Parts: sequence; structure tokens; C-alpha cells
Amino acid sequence: MSVERALEGTGTWLDDRLHGARGARVLLRKVFPDHWSFLLGEIILYSFIILLLTGTLLSLWFQPSMTDVIYHGSYVPLRGVRMSEAYASTLNITFDVRGGLLLRQIHHWAADLFMAGIMAHMIRIFFTGAYRKPREINWLIGIVLFTLGLLEGLFGYSLPDDLLSGAGLRILEGVIQSVPLVGTYLAFFLFGGPFPGHVIIPRLYILHVLLIPGLILALVTAHLFLMFHQKHTQMPGKGRTNTNVVGAPMYPYFMAKTGAFFFFVFGACAVAAALVQVNPIWLYGPFNPVAISAGSQPDFYMGMLEGALRIMPAWQWVVFGHTFAFNVFVPGLLPLGLLFTGAAVWPFVEQWITGDRREHHVNDRPRNAPARTALGMAVITGYGIMWAEGANDLIADHLDVPLYWITWAARVGIFVGPVIAYIITKRICLGLQRKDSHLIEHGVETGIIRQLPGGEFVEETRPVDDERLAVLTSRADLPPLPSGETTQTDVPAPGMRGGLGRVRERLYKVVTESVPVASGHNGHGDGRAIEGNGHEGNGHEGDGHDRAAVGSGTSSPDAEDGHA
Amino acid sequence: MSNTNPPDSGDTAWQEYLTGGGASAGAAAAGGEGAAPPEGPAAPHRVIGTPPPAAARTMLPASGDGGARPPARELPPDPDDPVRARKAEFVVVACFLLAMLAGLGFLVAYGLIGVGSVTATLHSNLALGLTLAAALLLLAIGAVVWVRHLMPTVELTEQRHPMASDAKDKRAFKETWEEGAETSQFVKRPIVRRSLIAATVPLGIAPLFLLRDLGPLPGTSLDTTVWRKGLRLMTYGTNPPRPITPAEFSSPGGLISVGPEGYLDDDDAMAKAAVIIIKFRPGELQFAPGWRPVANKVVQNWTVDNIVAYSKICTHVGCPAALYEQTTHHILCPCHQSTFDATQGARVIFGPATRPLPQLPIGIDSQGFLIATGGFAVPVGPSFWERS
Repeated sequence: MSVERALEGTGTWLDDRLHGARGARVLLRKVFPDHWSFLLGEIILYSFIILLLTGTLLSLWFQPSMTDVIYHGSYVPLRGVRMSEAYASTLNITFDVRGGLLLRQIHHWAADLFMAGIMAHMIRIFFTGAYRKPREINWLIGIVLFTLGLLEGLFGYSLPDDLLSGAGLRILEGVIQSVPLVGTYLAFFLFGGPFPGHVIIPRLYILHVLLIPGLILALVTAHLFLMFHQKHTQMPGKGRTNTNVVGAPMYPYFMAKTGAFFFFVFGACAVAAALVQVNPIWLYGPFNPVAISAGSQPDFYMGMLEGALRIMPAWQWVVFGHTFAFNVFVPGLLPLGLLFTGAAVWPFVEQWITGDRREHHVNDRPRNAPARTALGMAVITGYGIMWAEGANDLIADHLDVPLYWITWAARVGIFVGPVIAYIITKRICLGLQRKDSHLIEHGVETGIIRQLPGGEFVEETRPVDDERLAVLTSRADLPPLPSGETTQTDVPAPGMRGGLGRVRERLYKVVTESVPVASGHNGHGDGRAIEGNGHEGNGHEGDGHDRAAVGSGTSSPDAEDGHA
Repeated sequence: MSNTNPPDSGDTAWQEYLTGGGASAGAAAAGGEGAAPPEGPAAPHRVIGTPPPAAARTMLPASGDGGARPPARELPPDPDDPVRARKAEFVVVACFLLAMLAGLGFLVAYGLIGVGSVTATLHSNLALGLTLAAALLLLAIGAVVWVRHLMPTVELTEQRHPMASDAKDKRAFKETWEEGAETSQFVKRPIVRRSLIAATVPLGIAPLFLLRDLGPLPGTSLDTTVWRKGLRLMTYGTNPPRPITPAEFSSPGGLISVGPEGYLDDDDAMAKAAVIIIKFRPGELQFAPGWRPVANKVVQNWTVDNIVAYSKICTHVGCPAALYEQTTHHILCPCHQSTFDATQGARVIFGPATRPLPQLPIGIDSQGFLIATGGFAVPVGPSFWERS
């Protein structure tokens, strides 16, 4: 009772000052749709919180200084060795602070999880078309967050000033230096003079602990606010439309579930940190510009850049006394540049091609947008090949394959792989659409064979249940192109003239290629109807029939039965 | 807020709250707001969970004036399956208690297990990590079982409205905006506007100027290293560093990392001046006579007794090109696998590097130690814009 009184008292006190009852009530009852893939975004948020917690603790001991010191700490093999204060303090955190190694490892695993979460979340958003209007802004914020995450990870990885991270910084310097016109200057400004200098660690530190996390926090807040304001998308299902949200209320369901999920994410990081060693900097030794270790690898999210550097042939121009180091700045800037730019403009390109400027709140099933899904798979394949090439030496070592073969395979694969992935994915999507169509039209096979009086054997089918039918028929019909161009008799509509119009027309055909939506025979009405084995001859499944159903997108139960 | 609710939950509930909410002020408002029933019959008001006193009082005026429609209950009060719920309750409590024990274990492990050596650190890490993980995961599992089996299943539908505001609101905004612009005189008085913009431009650029002193200008510093005529080649990585005589470096196939005398502890200098020397058998090196670098050849006069010195800094992006394969005489950079043939002037035979590792001219001083007879003829390390 007293708790209730206290709560009510607090609530009243707050409401008297904030006038929050109405808004807070709406908030408590806010509906959150449920799907496992919606958890991916939460992984990112929670690993970010874990990063803030562990990072704050680590900063109590870490010394972002490049001053030379002689190590006298607990780690015997490095006693008496000259190293930077940054490296020495990292050793100190590891071996002389209780729980320090755990904090470091949780921090590192959470960072990896953060980046992995971003990638998985982006892939989910892309394949389900959740970036479509009105969520383009959030998609763009997400891309910026991805970029910031890459930088944050790279800088944080560099802070301990161990041999591996120093080699990473050296590579960064080489890449920056290769940029035409301004590269040398940029490198000198960043490093405060020639590499390695004495300022890079303190500079990266303040970027890593203040500027970038601040930006990330601000953008995450904006991201979540927009998500809240626009309401979550939902997966297709019975009763789910573009004008509603179906799910469980935030209070108490979502709050409890998401709280549990935070503990899961934190627990997973703790398990990894307890059992799986990550970045054992004491084994690498302090940075010095002369040493390197074989098989050195960056964190996984930088692997794609590393692979791009390895894959690139040795091309370079020297023109009028200036060097264009294509071998470095092309792989350093182009792949990620293409990826981020492409991702950023895609929602708008897709809108331009399809002319679809409606709001979408029900997600696409990936199969229902074959071109988009195929494009996504092509990008993932290209990314994956570059990423794997980033470990070409390890692959060569473990699989006992000549190193250069792998690089050559990647050089070819980077062009061929995405094309193959595109074609195969598109075929698979269209095949799955056909399967859906078949289910809608003919129902589910029951495995019961019945003999007709005439001697013919047929299999019974049963209609798809409503929930499933709603999913199967969820494909959104796309609006036709501005009239004129499809009939090919008229003058093209405005916006469809000239070269750009023709490009759009062709792209429209590619993007909208789909198997016609079945009109929903669904087991032929009574659900016990009999499906002939040789139904091709029954004349109700011909092309003409299916075409008539294009774009209907609805599932009006159709009792008409061609042959029963 | 664009959040709207099913007509029978949000607004009515809000009115209910207002009606009975504030003890006295709310009651005064009750007559006015509570007396505006939207539609529908008056049904008994059920309250979610334990009714707070305020909400309980609501029922009196609501039934009294017979107007305000109470919200229909949206969440069921009891779990779907009571038997299952009882079992779940046990599991949840067990999880939470175990989580508490694990948490205590964490504290105890912190107190008992020290650090200070590799073994102790690993033990401490294991104990702290596993207890922490157990506490977190048990909490998580308990909470999930709670949600899934103690809370009843529920699915609500919330209406969604187009993001775009309606025409009236847009027009009102536009008018307000234009009114403000007009009143501010910003549009009418271009001279004020332009001078304001002129005033802010220098301030906007100022921070960029401040960035100028981030570092010195590169100048020609990338073109040269600290190597100069007469500097001894000192072994790198031995303690103390020592000079080398050709006689003690006599086994073919060997490779030594060296640096210029007096600069071995200077990371900035070594980042460009690191050198490897390799000893070859007679006849293995493809020599170019003379004193000038020739493509794909080793300058003979820059070697001593089949010992060649190359820059260790990879011409790709500057990693130390440290791997040497004796049988093929290949120098491999472990970062991106640029491969150089040491017998042919370190020409690139594979990988992304475009230029050979520059050769350092070496000779012997009066005491028989290896020395540089000059600096590198070309810049070492990665390509850069000003490099010709």
C-alpha cells in the first residue's frame, strides 16, 4: 500500500510540473510488433550501452600518452622494455587491475557485436524494404552510424599502441597519404608530423571517448525517436495493414522482454570475455616501426578494407611529377564509398524507378522484391569476397592453397561473384513466389490419395489457413509507370521521355519482375476439393488466367473451380 | 503526438484520469470534461491491476453523471494457463535467486582472487567473467520465462495515420512562418540580411584555420631519411645494438634488420630508415654496373661482398616487409602480400605494391664495419602525391 502511495505521490508531483499523464499513458500502451529480426537493432543499442559502461571504467586507468617509459609492471616478459605510456597502462589494466582484463575483453567483444549487429540490422532493413517511405531518414542515419562505428572501432583498436594496432595506424597513414593532391598534408596534420609522432594516440583517444560516442549517442537518440514517432514496421500477417500496428504493448510486455534482452546481450559479452581471448596485446608487444608479425588481422569489420587493399593490382600513374597511387586510394576509398553512397541513394532510386511514393509499414518478404533481394545478395557477395581476401594468408595457410591463387580467385570473383549471386537469388525468389502462388491456388497437399470413380488417382488438398494466407498474399502491388510507355502506341508521358525515361522503363521491368500473384483459389472453396494430378490439362492454370491476377494482391476466396 | 489509440482506450482514459486525478482540482474539472461522453453506453469500469485510489474515485462521478465511457480492458489480468504459470513462477524465482548467488560469487571472486601474474589474471578473469555472465544470463532467462508464461498472451492493434500533416495544418504553419519572416524584417531589409551573413562567414571559417597547426607541412621531409654517408648499420633488436662486419654475416640466405647508428630508439626516424640486409651466394644477384639504380637490377657498387641493403618499409602502405624466403629470395610484406625479388633489385613480382624496395648504398669503414655510403636515391615507403 505504501509503495502505491509513494508511486502515486511521485506521479502526481511530476505531473503537476510536467503535465505528462496523457503522453506517458500513450507511451505505456504503445504497441510493439514482434519478430525475431526486430531484436537485431536492440543488439546494437545494448552493445552500445555496454561499450559506454565498460569504456568509462577503462578510461579510469588508461593513459592516452605516447611518452616513452620503461615497463616495470607485473608482466614479466616485457619488464625493462621501452614502450609508450598507453601500452604500459593497457598492460597495467590487464595484469594489475582486478577485472581489468574482463573489462577490456567485454569492451572488445561488445564492439565486435555492435558492428555485427549494425550489419545484420541493415541487411534486415534492406531485405524487408523497411527503409521505404516514410523511413528514409532513419535509413540515412543508420548509414552514418555504421560509418561512425567503423571509425570508433578503428580508433579504439589503435589506442593500446601495441604492435598490431600500430601496424594498423601505419596502413591508415599509407592510405591517407595516397589521396591525390591533399593526402600528404592530411597525413601530416593527423599524425602531427611524420609517422608515428607523439600525438596520434591522444588525438584518437579524445575522438574515441568523446566526439564519436557523442555523435553516436545523438544519432541513436534521433534514430530511436523517429522509430518511436513513425511506429515500428510489422511483418505481414493476418489483420496487419499499412494503417495499423499489431503487437504487444510496451508496458509491461516490451519493457520486460527488452530488459531481458539487454541482460542476454551483456551476458553473451561476459561469456565471450571470460572464455575467449581477444586482442591479447601483451603477446604482440609494444609498437615499433620495424617489427611486424605474420598473419596479422584487423577486427572483422575492417577486414573488407584490408581485403580490398590486398586484391588491388599494382596500378599507379606518375604524371607531371605527381603520383596517382591507384593501388592504394582506390581500394581505400572506393569499396566503402560505393557501399555507403549506394545504400544512401537506393531508397530514392527505387522510388524513382517504381514511382511508388506511398508509405509502407508492412514489411516486404524478401522473395516478393526479387530484384532488390538479388541486389542485396550481390552486394553481400562482393563484400564477403573482399572480406575473405582480407584473410587470404590465413586461408592459404589453413587450406594449404597457394597464396597468389586466392588473390587471383578474389580478383576474378569480385566481378563474377556478385553477378552470379544476383542471378541465382532472383531465380530463387521467383521460384519461391511460384511456390506461394501454388499454395494459394491449390492449397496444402495432405498426402491423402483418393481414387475417383473413373479410376483416376488424385491427391486431396486442404486450404491454407488464414494467418498463412495473409502472409502469402501480402505482396504489395506496384503502381504502373506513368501511362504511355507500356502501351507503346502513345506519346511517352512526361518524365518518361528521352534517355533517362528509357532507362527508367527498363529498370522498372527489372525491378518489378515477379510471378503474378495468384487470385486465391485456396483449396477450391470447400477445402476438400480434389486436385487432379494432370491439372495442366484442366485449363485453369494457363498463363492468361494468371496474368489476369496481376496486381490484384488480394485473396478473395474464389469458389469457382475449374474442374472438380 | 501522432500516436492515437483505439477510440475507446486513449482519450477516454485520459479524461477519466483528469476527472478523478488531482484530488480537488481534478474534481472541479470533472463536471466539465467528464460530462462530454463521446458515444457508447456506460459499462462497468474495470481497472488494470490494482486500481490506484485516484482511478477508484473516478467511478463515482463517471457512474454518477452516467456519461463518460470507461475504457474497455485491453490486457487480461491472469495468465493463459494457471498450471503452467505455477511452474513458471518456480523457474523464475529459481533463476533470480541463482542470479543473486552468481552476483555474490562475482563479489567474492573479486575479493579472493588477485591479479599480478599471467596465471592469476587468467583465473581472475575466468571467475569474474563466468559469475558475471551467470548472473546476467539467469536474470535474462528468468525475465523471459516471466514474460512468456506468467504474463497472459496479448495482441493489441493500434491505428496508424499518414505521416503527412493535413492541408489545414500545413497552411497554418506556412502562414505563421511567413508572418514571422515578414515581422522580423529579414526579407524586407536585404542590407541587414547580407551584413548578417557577411558577419558570420569569417567566424565559420575560423575553426578551419585553427586546424592548420595540427601538424607541420610535409615539405620534402618524405623524400629523405636519416641515412647519410658514413653512418654504420647497427643490428636492430639486439641489446645492445652493434655494428656488423661482412665476415660475421657470411652465411648466405641470412637476413638482418638494421638501422642507422644513433637513431635506433627514434621511432620517427626508424619508421622510414629501417633497412634489411641480405647475404647472397656469388652469382645469385643480377647486377647492374655503375652507380645509378637500374630497373630490376641490383646496383653492384652499392653492395659489399654480395650483401645487399634494402629499405624495410613496404612501398605499398608502409608495413615492415619482414618475411624472407631463402630458397626463392622473395621478400614478402605480411600485411598485404606484396612480394619483391631480392635478386632483381627487389622488383615487385606480386601484390599491390607498385615500386621496388629502394636499395641503400653500403660500403665498409676503416674498421671493417658496414656503413652507408649515402642516403637512399629515391623516397622510401608508400607513394604520395608529391613523389615523382
